[in-house]
Amino acid sequence: MSETLYTADEMMTVAAARMVRNGAVCFVGVGLPSAATNLARLTHAPDAVLVYESGTIGTKPNVLPLSIGDDELAETSDVLVSLVEIFTYWLQGGRIDLGFLGGAQIDRFANINSTVIGDYRSPSVRLPGAGGAPCIAACCGEIVITLRHNKRAMVPRLDFRTSGGHLEGGDSRERMGLSGKGPTAVITDLGILTPDPVSKELVLTSTHPGVAVETVVGNTGWPLRVSPDLQVTDPPSELELTVLRDLQERTARAHAAG
Amino acid sequence: MTPDIVYDQMIGCGCASKLVFSWGGNPGVGSLHRFREAIEKGWPRPLEIDEHEHAGMAARFAAGASHLPFGILKGYLGTDLPKFSTTSVRFIDCPFTGERVAAVSAIRPDVAVIHAQKADRKGNVMMWGLLGAQKEVVLASKRAIVTVEEIVDDLNAPMNAAVLPSWVVSAVCEVKGGAFPSYSQGYYGRNNAFYKLWEGVSRDRATFEAWMERHVMGTNDFAGFRKSLEAEGVHV
Repeated sequence: MSETLYTADEMMTVAAARMVRNGAVCFVGVGLPSAATNLARLTHAPDAVLVYESGTIGTKPNVLPLSIGDDELAETSDVLVSLVEIFTYWLQGGRIDLGFLGGAQIDRFANINSTVIGDYRSPSVRLPGAGGAPCIAACCGEIVITLRHNKRAMVPRLDFRTSGGHLEGGDSRERMGLSGKGPTAVITDLGILTPDPVSKELVLTSTHPGVAVETVVGNTGWPLRVSPDLQVTDPPSELELTVLRDLQERTARAHAAG
Repeated sequence: MTPDIVYDQMIGCGCASKLVFSWGGNPGVGSLHRFREAIEKGWPRPLEIDEHEHAGMAARFAAGASHLPFGILKGYLGTDLPKFSTTSVRFIDCPFTGERVAAVSAIRPDVAVIHAQKADRKGNVMMWGLLGAQKEVVLASKRAIVTVEEIVDDLNAPMNAAVLPSWVVSAVCEVKGGAFPSYSQGYYGRNNAFYKLWEGVSRDRATFEAWMERHVMGTNDFAGFRKSLEAEGVHV
């Protein structure tokens, strides 16, 4: 294949999309998770079931939603349920295979902060907060986290733990009574990190094409372990890029219109 | 639960002393700047917060509607939220299995204000689309005010439709376009452009105050608010 130009964000979105197996039931938030899961649905996983926390099940949006409450989601879903129901029967009921989460900070055990930077009672930056994330993190079969890779995001210690990943590592997640496998991959714009099977500490298992290992390590706020079997992520295919760009172009047009 | 632009406006104008919520942002755009400034800088006044996760707020409203003292859920475990929401989250053990679950105190608001599509002349209300927690909020509240897109002679409600009977509703007001800048399924779409515009309006105190003066304080009602926005090219 000839060399195709793509951005780091596109690589991250495509890598996240590849985590969706065909037929998987996915709990999806707005932003990158929505782009990734819809890309998966439009390429290799046509039978993936997209669930949004506003209560839409089997959602097939033509354009990406700006908010979780966009009418596009309601209009293109198989089933619409109330907010209480989506969080009880469907999410806590264990019906979701894969949940996608983002955040402002993660630590080496893939715990997430989306609440504050600084002290909770007098924060330097007040972020939107938890939303549905803690319950998603606690109840899905597995979790994939996406975020941009830098030292402000990949920190040795979270300012606030909004959602539990592997907590203090080892079997601490299980002991706390959280169901599911927890985070199975962290996908960034530089590479892919997966938890060590025993210690649950994140290990760099794949770098995106053209990204040096030192760059990933240097942008991580803790001494990042590197897998002896380090891979290079397959670059986005022509098809993945075309479908993703079409989707984002349709979305931009739709959102510009009042 | 998810404070939107109207909350940002109320906070920025100093009308709110406390916010109970689970997500405070401008959906898809970024921050609610007035909310942020109240918390980060105490402007225009400090804002007390009782912060939750969505599943917890859903359980709190459902418990309120059921007149139960608390709701339960598989939530808050492994998070820092209960350390700070100290008055409304506790962990309990199931009396039957011993499973550890979160208990959240019920919410029973004095007044619920919701928007729906239709009411009939008796005051029965019908809504459809993304219902959120509107039904639970109405049934949890001591009184409920409902704004609707239109009042009709007959709802022609399909079986199992989401209908709030008139005797759980205190007042119905016909306010066409009343969900602005959000949407009303079957009537009009979400004004995503306005949510983006709000970023620029709300970022700066002075710009925000001038905007509120022009469009809210300086107009008499919703019709005046709409007209003042349309004069600036914002389609309502």
